[in-house]
Amino acid sequence: MSLKSAVRETLTGFKSLLTGMRITAREATKPIITVQYPHETLKMPDRFRGHVQLILDPETGKSRCTACGLCVRACPSDCLEVDGIKREGEKKKSVTEYKLDFTKCSLCGSCVEACPSDAIEYSKAYNVVSRDRDDFAKMDLVKDLDAKAKVWAETHPTPPAAPAPVAATPGSPTPATSAPAPAVATPGSSTPAKAAPAPVAGRAEAGTPGSSNPATPPAPAAANSPTPSSSIANAAASTGAAAGATPSPQPESKTT
Amino acid sequence: MSFLALEPIRVLLYLVGICAFVGGNAAYLVLAERKGAGRIQRRPGPNEAGWAGILQPLADGIKLLAKQVMVPPGTDALLFRAAPLMVMAPPLMCLATIPFGDTVVARNLNIGLLFVFSFGSINVMALMLGGWASRNKYSIISAARVVSQNVAYEIPMLLVVITLLMITGTMDLNEIIKQQAGWFWNWNVLKIWVNPLMPVTFVIFFTCMLAETNRAPFDMAEAESELVAGAFTEYGGMGFGVFFMAEYANIVVGCCLATILFFGGWQSPFGALSDGLWGPIWFLGKTYALIFTVIWIRWTFPRTQFYSLLNLSWKILIPLSLFTLLLTGAMMKLPLLFK
Repeated sequence: MSLKSAVRETLTGFKSLLTGMRITAREATKPIITVQYPHETLKMPDRFRGHVQLILDPETGKSRCTACGLCVRACPSDCLEVDGIKREGEKKKSVTEYKLDFTKCSLCGSCVEACPSDAIEYSKAYNVVSRDRDDFAKMDLVKDLDAKAKVWAETHPTPPAAPAPVAATPGSPTPATSAPAPAVATPGSSTPAKAAPAPVAGRAEAGTPGSSNPATPPAPAAANSPTPSSSIANAAASTGAAAGATPSPQPESKTT
Repeated sequence: MSFLALEPIRVLLYLVGICAFVGGNAAYLVLAERKGAGRIQRRPGPNEAGWAGILQPLADGIKLLAKQVMVPPGTDALLFRAAPLMVMAPPLMCLATIPFGDTVVARNLNIGLLFVFSFGSINVMALMLGGWASRNKYSIISAARVVSQNVAYEIPMLLVVITLLMITGTMDLNEIIKQQAGWFWNWNVLKIWVNPLMPVTFVIFFTCMLAETNRAPFDMAEAESELVAGAFTEYGGMGFGVFFMAEYANIVVGCCLATILFFGGWQSPFGALSDGLWGPIWFLGKTYALIFTVIWIRWTFPRTQFYSLLNLSWKILIPLSLFTLLLTGAMMKLPLLFK
């Protein structure tokens, strides 16, 4: 190696070192891009495949599943168990039991593809952890859906209901359209305000004997719901004190 | 106050202060290092213990203190225990002669520079003792690597220091600083009328300092990802912690020395405001800027291979430092010939 090339090599090497330092200095001034995991979580992309879950129909607040069993037949790992009942006044069956054995599931997606009524989807849950094997071996998807239905009921305004007896009498459901201001003041009246959620009123009803619905319905999504307003009251009632403890999404409904 | 003015009391107080300075620096430079690494990699670094991770060194210290210091069976127990102390003591000794300000110095020696370098070289011996006393072949091999690395880089470093000594004509650290008074172009690093290669000498000095303190990209002594912990493999708890702290203490000493020799120590860059309290402020500001550069370098460059490390020293740095030495000598003496 001649002296000239040695000097040149040293100089180019030193220049490349400076370039490297310039790059790290530039990176150091840019904002932080990591997610601070326990404090923040990532939003999963649309095509993320978690375990399957029942879709909550945003129109009705219920599942679209008709318990037809096509998903059970499509499943290559035999990890689904579906049951449903036919209710009065409804054309199709509705689901009462949807169990997933996630320990066997390979997330192939055959069930999602097979579903004729578009009732199941991949969840975005990636933080699935438990100390209990049964939490995965017997995942109760209907129960998960019910939890969502509660939230749905609390955050969705009641659609204008069929005419029901207008009553200020305690214990009878008040039509949503009238929605008088003293709804909360009257204990036991399940009065969901038209634009406001009804957790407060629903809770009041749950604590009152003689209300139009049983205080502990079996499963709100599967329960018979005479009127939309009372179905909401149902869902809210099963939330019970929990809904009361958490701040209402629209606190002004308490004051009106 | 006359009691405080007594020479032994004064030195004692300084030494206590220096111990606190070294301890605090070692603890918080670890945090600064991790924070710096985080920023360069665009993550926040430790931020859970206290506000923005300010208590992280405390948590680390408690963790290390709670661990048992185990002496493996069959080791030379005395040497094994002595090695961490021997690696920690030299930086403390060196800082006793470092002038932080015009008058802020524990003991101003007229051979301060020699003192610092003679104690600095004990570091190598202590690392080797640690590896040797561990009775572990991997530790011994790592220790041998440390020694060969340090020997290789001691030479260019001392050649550079000799160059500087020819210019300054004194080993008194405070005197060296006083010679660099005035504007920043009087600093040794920019005295290109004495030797046009002065900035290059600083680069050589800085590179050698990185290698001497076993810092990335020359951290062969403790290549975490490759050698477990190199020469310190058998050390646990605070034994390892002391080695770790000593690394940072050595960085502080090295950067202090670089500041004194090349950047005018406690002198301000514009010839004023360098007396009283301003001295330590300038000194520490320059030192921490250099320390930051050390951290910056660590998180920029990958670790070199061992032969390229030695190639760099023997093939580039030593010839280059010899050349600057000759050039400085020539530039100082040739004008005298033509007088």
